[in-house]
Amino acid sequence: MSLVVDPEAAAVVAAVPSVDAVPGSQLVAWRHRHLLDVDGLTAADLELVMRTTDAMREVLARPITKVPALRGRQVTILFYEASTRTRVSFEVAARNLSADVVNIAAASSSVSKGESLVDTVRTVEALGAHMLVMRHSVSGAPYLAAETFGGSVLNGGDGWHAHPTQALLDLFTMRERLPGGSLVGRKVVILGDLLHSRVARSNIWTLTAAGADLWLCGPATLVRGFEAWAGRGAAAGRRFHVTTSVDEAVRDADVVMALRIQRERMASGLLPSLREYTARYGLTRERLAKARPGALVMHPGPMNEGVEIAADVATGAQSVITDQVTNGVAVRMAILYLLAGTHAATEAA
Amino acid sequence: MSGRQIMTADEIRRATVRLSHEIVEKQAGTDGLLLIGIQRRGVPLARRIAAAIAENEGVDVPVGALDITFYRDDLSMVAQQPVVKGTALPSGIDARTIVLVDDVLYTGRTIRAAMDALVDFGRPQAIRLAVLVDRGHRELPIRADHVGKNVPTSREELVKVHLEEIDGEDGVEIERLIAEPVG
Repeated sequence: MSLVVDPEAAAVVAAVPSVDAVPGSQLVAWRHRHLLDVDGLTAADLELVMRTTDAMREVLARPITKVPALRGRQVTILFYEASTRTRVSFEVAARNLSADVVNIAAASSSVSKGESLVDTVRTVEALGAHMLVMRHSVSGAPYLAAETFGGSVLNGGDGWHAHPTQALLDLFTMRERLPGGSLVGRKVVILGDLLHSRVARSNIWTLTAAGADLWLCGPATLVRGFEAWAGRGAAAGRRFHVTTSVDEAVRDADVVMALRIQRERMASGLLPSLREYTARYGLTRERLAKARPGALVMHPGPMNEGVEIAADVATGAQSVITDQVTNGVAVRMAILYLLAGTHAATEAA
Repeated sequence: MSGRQIMTADEIRRATVRLSHEIVEKQAGTDGLLLIGIQRRGVPLARRIAAAIAENEGVDVPVGALDITFYRDDLSMVAQQPVVKGTALPSGIDARTIVLVDDVLYTGRTIRAAMDALVDFGRPQAIRLAVLVDRGHRELPIRADHVGKNVPTSREELVKVHLEEIDGEDGVEIERLIAEPVG
């Protein structure tokens, strides 16, 4: 049998406490009590999340994919918007860490009787929640919850504003699949309905922090406002490009991420028709051929195959869409684990 | 180093070689043997023991690394979650004799966590324990099968193991924890 000690694990030379070290001498690494967006995360924070996610990937490869790290902690999942993959992903992540999981679907709770968000947060806390995973259609709602809640709030998506765990799993997937494991100088394209996309808004922060050459592309009606942000971002060292030309965006790209086109956007007059969108901006095999050979195809889901992405591209050899889903569980385990270290000991007693 | 030295580099080397002999003797050979170092300093120690076995017996014993962070019982008592260093085990631990390797044996809680972690990977034939330093003060019914050096300590003292692979030099020292704030 060969030696299979992971050189990565052995090569880590950061200051790590010996197991018998006194608690006060523990390495201080993560200071954020909540994960509301990724705009406040430094490059060192992102690196810690990526390294912790590596460890969680290893846990997921074990015969028993469950570790007792969060035993005795209650994770409440409160979703005011429909979701399958994000909600289930958080639930699986929390269970893999041995946390107790409480699921609240807003439609079948007191929310439908008119309970306010703040009252709901107070109630779930009184019912023993240590961590609150929340999705809401109103941008900023998790920030309001964080003001009230005594534990950690994890934003599972708020309005058009942010979807931090999606951005982190996208970053992890790109680092894992790009040769060299780095995004520095890599051309990354986000294609589609940027205007309504919290995924894109969070990805802008992490991808620019990781040094990617970021391009946003879509019809003029769906990229408006981003030019101004790009101008401000360039001043802060967070440069990205905005274009309506799909050829310019995709040419020599290393990663192409398509975003979902929501059918309800037709009603608001932002798009003439789905067919026209597909013809001009759909990610087809022909368009993908203009990217670098082996360029990664990504999509945050749920997909409208045949609209923003062709079916053969979505399931083709270059697609890492199922990797995104798998990595989502590992990233959420990492975030739950890191956040759990930031609140008081007695809560878990 | 700032404390009182209790093992020199030479003493660490001799202790490691003796541990390698003891492990092979107890197992009556190297069949089914698997060395697993506990992150972090147990990992280079396990590699050194494996190198000593290779030298004496001409057999390469597989070495793994075990991170017990997720199995600790004091996570709720530390202010921040410790940084995870990673686990990498040779595939399949069923029916093998595992020798856990760590630098210091103290309360025994680390070893309890390591055994919990291991049984999630399979069913070893036996789990044994080799440590460089046993400093006493056990809080659990755990003892080491192979000990480099027994060191009587008080709870107010800190035993620090330095290994070249991690710290740039070899040595074990003992330090008195100062009650007053440092600096």
